Amino acid sequence: MRRALMAVLGLAVVGAGAFWIATSPALTASGADEAPGGVPDLANGELMFYAGGCSSCHATEGQDDKLKLGGGHALETAFGTFHVPNISPHPRDGIGAWSEADFIRAMRHGVSPDGEHYYPAFPYTSYQRMTAQDLRDMFAFIRTLPPVEGKAPPHNLSFPFNIRRGLGLWKLAFLDGKEFRPDPSKSEAWNRGAYLVEGPGHCAECHSPRNALGAIIEEARFAGGRSPDGKGSVPNITPSPDGIGSWSKDEVVELLTSGFTPEFDSVGSTMAPVIGNTSKLPQADREAMAEYLLSLPPRPKATQ
Amino acid sequence: MKRIVTAVAVAVIGATAALAQENVIGQRQQLMKDAGAATRTGAAMVKGEAPFELEKARQVLSTYVTVAEKGVTLFPAGSNVGETTAAPAVWQDEAGFKAAFAKFEADAKQGLETTKDLDSFKVAFGTVTKNCGGCHETFRVKKN
Repeated sequence: MRRALMAVLGLAVVGAGAFWIATSPALTASGADEAPGGVPDLANGELMFYAGGCSSCHATEGQDDKLKLGGGHALETAFGTFHVPNISPHPRDGIGAWSEADFIRAMRHGVSPDGEHYYPAFPYTSYQRMTAQDLRDMFAFIRTLPPVEGKAPPHNLSFPFNIRRGLGLWKLAFLDGKEFRPDPSKSEAWNRGAYLVEGPGHCAECHSPRNALGAIIEEARFAGGRSPDGKGSVPNITPSPDGIGSWSKDEVVELLTSGFTPEFDSVGSTMAPVIGNTSKLPQADREAMAEYLLSLPPRPKATQ
Repeated sequence: MKRIVTAVAVAVIGATAALAQENVIGQRQQLMKDAGAATRTGAAMVKGEAPFELEKARQVLSTYVTVAEKGVTLFPAGSNVGETTAAPAVWQDEAGFKAAFAKFEADAKQGLETTKDLDSFKVAFGTVTKNCGGCHETFRVKKN
């Protein structure tokens, strides 16, 4: 009896140890992540900032200046409420004291400078595709913005999602750590579009259904689904009959420029600020995104 | 007997109310489609895909005025139920919602006054159509 008890205890200790090791933020963030060096290109950083849609979530709640990144927005999800953090360059309340390497690590591995996992409500599953140069430039641009005082309250999540350490397991399953690789058989514009859509643009994060663990269901990537905030439904953006199959490239570009669909409906809700960002990109980038989106495998509208 | 009559009457009134609600949703959706059609005409002229005609440009802007005037009346209490993508904010922030329609109407009327040629129409059209996304951001949920 005593032996059995010891065995159970032993297993529990080994199990806990394995969990501890497997979920270590240091493990997730291992590998080369040195900053690329060189002088950051602020113009490219600004472009990446808009492509990345940072302000859509991080702009200070309750005011109109999208360049004040004080956070505070409450993101209601099935897992609980996320309170979006301050990413303004405020040294105490924002990311003003971060190094370039800290920023790159956060964007690629979802790990904070003090070694905690971030929740994937912060879409590092997409941002991990970005090049180190683009991340460096984006960081440099954010550092030029006004510092905003004040921290958002902590997230309010239900068990077991409130255990940050558990995210280590989630990342082992759903974060592949791969930077974007261009497809040499495709045009330069297509590759640029693929990079913008899959990386900084993180379009799939809203436009795909998710499983019970909150990970994108890959077979239905871009096929829309229920809105993460539970209000309404997110459109299918694959070129299928119930998606954007009947749209021309010009019509997709028009949407990304003015927010008007081919029926001259004007997109709203959380897509309105997205258009606010894509409208600031160079025309060639919007064309590239349209080219890539229209080349996606057509999929029926997801219903999850 | 009296009870049956009352029950029938209540049922009929209930059904009529439900029907009226469906109607009001249908009406406001049609109104938004009218606005979309006007925008199509306006955008074609602004982008040079269609020749500029002052009369047509004025029609586009008058459609917006009508849409704004009528639209604001088509969201009565209770019409949040049914096949609608109107956001709860329409009824939670009634003042803000009415203000958004008022601004849309004022911009459209202003546009009617300033539109004399293609260049002035471009400016007016740009200003007025900014209201579409601005209002939808807050007052409409996602739709497919």
